[in-house]
Amino acid sequence: MARKPPRIELHTAPHAVAAQNVVVIMRNVVYALLPLLGYAVWLFGLSAFMLILVVLLSTLGTERFFNWMGKQGSTLDDWSAVITALLLALTLPPGFPLWMGVIAGITSIALGKALFGGLGFNLLNPALVGRAFVQAAFPVAITTWTPPFIVTRFTEFIPSTFTLPLMQPIDISQWLATSGIDAFTGATPLALQKFQSIATPVESLFMGSTAGSVGETSAILILLCGSYLAVRKMMNWRIPLYIFFGVVATSALLQLIDDTNPDPLFMLLSGGVMLGAVFMATDMVGSPITPRGIMIYGVLIGFLTVIIRIYGGLSEGVMYAILLGNAATPLIEMVTQPRIFGARKAPAKGGTDD
Amino acid sequence: MLDDKITSETFWEGVWENNPVFVMLLGMCPVLAVTNSTINALAMGLATLFVLLSSSLLVSLIRNWIPKQTRIAIYIIIIATFVTVVDYVIQAISLDLYNALGAFIQLIVANCMILGRAEAYASKVPPVKSLVNALGMGVGFTIALLCLGSVREILGSGTLLGFDLFGEHYQQWVVMILPPGGFFVLGGWLLLFEWLRQRKEQEES
Repeated sequence: MARKPPRIELHTAPHAVAAQNVVVIMRNVVYALLPLLGYAVWLFGLSAFMLILVVLLSTLGTERFFNWMGKQGSTLDDWSAVITALLLALTLPPGFPLWMGVIAGITSIALGKALFGGLGFNLLNPALVGRAFVQAAFPVAITTWTPPFIVTRFTEFIPSTFTLPLMQPIDISQWLATSGIDAFTGATPLALQKFQSIATPVESLFMGSTAGSVGETSAILILLCGSYLAVRKMMNWRIPLYIFFGVVATSALLQLIDDTNPDPLFMLLSGGVMLGAVFMATDMVGSPITPRGIMIYGVLIGFLTVIIRIYGGLSEGVMYAILLGNAATPLIEMVTQPRIFGARKAPAKGGTDD
Repeated sequence: MLDDKITSETFWEGVWENNPVFVMLLGMCPVLAVTNSTINALAMGLATLFVLLSSSLLVSLIRNWIPKQTRIAIYIIIIATFVTVVDYVIQAISLDLYNALGAFIQLIVANCMILGRAEAYASKVPPVKSLVNALGMGVGFTIALLCLGSVREILGSGTLLGFDLFGEHYQQWVVMILPPGGFFVLGGWLLLFEWLRQRKEQEES
């Protein structure tokens, strides 16, 4: 039997020990999202499950379609489209009509990713592009919330889930009244705070037993899943920290000015700040890589989130804050180029001077 | 140099090969601004068509007397004259339409497609040829506006030319009536036309 020749591998630096590539990282992000998905289904039942499934199918279908159009091989196996789909589904309300979910899935890949040239070229986070589109197109449906823990959530769907394509969502107030919900105002903690000045207890924000998008409600679970990625060095944990800092600092400042403004802890735990900061703002393509750039990017997103929430017409601002942060990333990277080691002066204009 | 012979290409150039909107990307301001319904798009298309026809004819008729140094000013005066005519005519026909189109009727004067035709074409060829070409360009422009207007109206309001298509429970895509919708739909049509063009070229080669 012939001996196998010894395999000699030659590499240039850096000599990475662990085999981390796009596929491995993406797959682990999906693992990190699984508990969130499970918890979402536990909270909101069959409708949430169906929504996640339909968004996943439409997103993957669109990705495959563009692969076919561009005559390239399938890019489904790099898991990035799966992440886009799951993140998108997690940001939609549980009773969101499925046909709108399909539209969101198609736009997220088509407008957010394929038109820019696929994975690695997308300027903005594809999932948020899809959500921003349906937010602009169907402003009512995307702010129609259902409470968690409806008794019949595992035996029947929220009626608006199966709205006929192109038709308005079926009114769910009647159905809610017969499902054992005593008093439900149909608003998220943020909307309650903004429009009716009703505070929500911090514990329920932590545990996620509030109305809201499918996967944004539980702060503690999102942090746990995020720390798995951070420990495995698959996510830059500085970005969420800077965003949290931006949110807390801005809302603390605003509360000093006018104490009817909500307190920083509420701002941090409510709405999509956790989900957005941990899973969306950390998108490797759309976020800066320079250390000072990351700081500017994170604080900017946190600042914008609070400003939009308090002074904007909407009760939630994380989505637009992250999209604006993504859009500012090339500029941020340009002005925060670190000095080359050994170079005496910053190279002409646009460089740094520290 | 352009010759004086009129071929079918003189007309079809503006509709397909050099469509002012989908190929030359001229006159984007009305294309994006007033195409939120089919009727607005049609009115704007016809108004532009009229101005384009009249100004091309007049420029072509007096092309030998226009001094080279002042030609742009003369073109603008000619175009502005016809725009004023259109402005009053639309006001007389339908005040609602006039209000819906707003300042964009007056802004036809700044439509670079019309000035471009006068400068690059009408001032170099005899009146009939210039007229045929202007007709093609105007028809191409109107078709493009209709393409955008109909899609935006169907998705954004669920109607076409005011007729209800889907019944009262139709979910309107609010974004399609708003300015971003104009960009989305224009992008979609550009994509489609470019794809058709490339396919046609591949078949020919």
